[in-house]
Amino acid sequence: MEKFHTFTGLVAPMDRANVDTDAIIPKQFLKSIKRSGFGQNLFDEWRYLDHGEPGMDPAQRQPNPDFVLNQPRYQAAQILLARANFGCGSSREHAPWSLQDYGFRVIVAPSFADIFFNNCFKIGLLPIILDSAILDRLFEEVKLNIGYSLTVDLENQMVITPSKEAFNFEVDSFRKHCLLNGLDEIGLTLQHAEKIKQFEQKRRTEQPWLFA
Amino acid sequence: MQTLYDKLWNQHVVHTESTEPGSMALIYIDRHLVHEVTSPQAFESLKLAGRKPWRLDSILAVADHNVPTTDRSHGIHDPISRLQVDTLDQNCDELGITEFKMQDLRQGIVHVIGPEQGATLPGMTVVCGDSHTSTHGAFGCLAFGIGTSEVEHVLATQCLLMKKSKAMRISIEGELGLGITAKDIALAIIGEIGTAGGTGYALEFAGSAIRALSMEGRMTLCNMAIEAGARAGMVAVDDTTIDYLKGRPFAPQGELWEKAVAYWRTLHSDAGAVFDRTVILDAAQIKPQVTWGTSPEMVTTIDGKVPDPALISDEVKRHDMQQALNYMGLQANTPIQQIALDKIFIGSCTNSRIEDLRAAAHIVKGKHIAANIKQALVVPGSGLVKKQAEQEGLDQVFVAAGFEWREPGCSMCLAMNDDRLIAGERCASTSNRNFEGRQGPGGRTHLVSPAMAAAAAIAGHFIDVRDIGR
Repeated sequence: MEKFHTFTGLVAPMDRANVDTDAIIPKQFLKSIKRSGFGQNLFDEWRYLDHGEPGMDPAQRQPNPDFVLNQPRYQAAQILLARANFGCGSSREHAPWSLQDYGFRVIVAPSFADIFFNNCFKIGLLPIILDSAILDRLFEEVKLNIGYSLTVDLENQMVITPSKEAFNFEVDSFRKHCLLNGLDEIGLTLQHAEKIKQFEQKRRTEQPWLFA
Repeated sequence: MQTLYDKLWNQHVVHTESTEPGSMALIYIDRHLVHEVTSPQAFESLKLAGRKPWRLDSILAVADHNVPTTDRSHGIHDPISRLQVDTLDQNCDELGITEFKMQDLRQGIVHVIGPEQGATLPGMTVVCGDSHTSTHGAFGCLAFGIGTSEVEHVLATQCLLMKKSKAMRISIEGELGLGITAKDIALAIIGEIGTAGGTGYALEFAGSAIRALSMEGRMTLCNMAIEAGARAGMVAVDDTTIDYLKGRPFAPQGELWEKAVAYWRTLHSDAGAVFDRTVILDAAQIKPQVTWGTSPEMVTTIDGKVPDPALISDEVKRHDMQQALNYMGLQANTPIQQIALDKIFIGSCTNSRIEDLRAAAHIVKGKHIAANIKQALVVPGSGLVKKQAEQEGLDQVFVAAGFEWREPGCSMCLAMNDDRLIAGERCASTSNRNFEGRQGPGGRTHLVSPAMAAAAAIAGHFIDVRDIGR
């Protein structure tokens, strides 16, 4: 995983609640056995007017001009503003993969679905929870100002607006540590391999039916 | 005084950096269920890192999302689906993982076969790269869906790093009315607390109406916990749980069985255990549920109407409701019973077990699907459910009524195989998600119980299943 550094990025607004994982990356693209290449089909059913299938050349597709991410002002956005319960639905990590592959590094919303939220941290995509009143303001500002950018400072847990207003956010200290240092979680867990073996041995003795 | 969730959690903590509430803990995983969609990248990364699965006998694999539900003797014709299933087969063969392959009678939807085989047992932690893993909580175990990075993490370490959730008890007291099922309870709960109501919580379903449910019903209910936003749902162990498990292939036997049962009987919330939130519903008040929108919380009762966005004051909600009605092609204030249907889907990890098929067959017996129904599918949850249903003659009942009787798999619940809606088609579905495009791009899904789907197939539009029994 890459280290997460403070950055300033263009913001795009996704102004609807309960954006689900089927909308983020429709099921036909889940057939891939790879981890990359999902960005071109992010929000496929909203983003294109024609029906998408794996293997299609994006240049030959018909973009939906009304879809927010197709507007020229939001090209190369790195921060997505979203509404409540973003990422609800399936556990498919393809959803965070597609957002990251598209170029997003941060999603800001008043709330996230649990599994999606958790999956984001595993790949270095940062989900930030801010109060919905703050989100309302940010949505308004991004719509009014072309080129609107935010600075995300994970070290100090702050989202900073162009007018230098800063909003604090909460993040679990372990997850923050992993993101800032780009750590491999499996490697960290395996440092406890002896403890896992001891636990397993005890369990095998106490509940042998689990090891049949 | 512990909740069931506390007991399950405490049993599995391998390591914590801190005893502070809300800090990360390393949790041991007893059972890892694997399917073809969310595992290939995990196996690949594992191999690239030079790692091996920690405990092979904890893993059970099956392909379910991509498999065809029609004749399988010639394999899978879609090359991309085939590659994904072949990749699972190869990974399992290479590593020595137990897998029920497509031609195996025991093959089926991962959340149907786990319990059916007794591979899901009380007191376990059960994970799978699939959000509907919450299903297994019906057995008094801690079961939840994980992403692919976590699939790899469990393969490599037999553990997961996680934070303890809050606990919510949802009590359903009293007796359910005739024709009311676990699916109606699930949708009524989601209607009450919303699709984010359970976010951050582990749910325990309790109360006399839950104790009266069969294991199939409890699985349906726990399956939908994720649609209420909760990663895990669970029900305490009782005689119903133990009776279901006795004699299953992966369940303990003899002396070990007795020992296990003695422990399993402790798996309930202690009297006086404190929950972070409690919700109580009156079973007698629950009516047949039908969703009208593009989120499971957009639900009403069979005697209700499509809601009117004009009456909603919150701007975001009004906009979402209008968007949902546009997508669904519905007018505000239309009575639910006037909504005509094109297709019927009876299946999915929510409602494809024998009890579900019996309930649907009971309704359609001796009748025929309406002329406006273009297709009605019954997709059993597993090869064994299919066989059982055929022994009971249910397949004949369905076929005589104009239904197609299919091979087991996820099928039209998420339309990764060939079973799908065409844009604009409207479906009464026993599945779990009515998201845009879920059953096929542009497809319109109404979530209902198997009995309600069956009744709608006969009438051609939604009708109150309670009127049929009278």
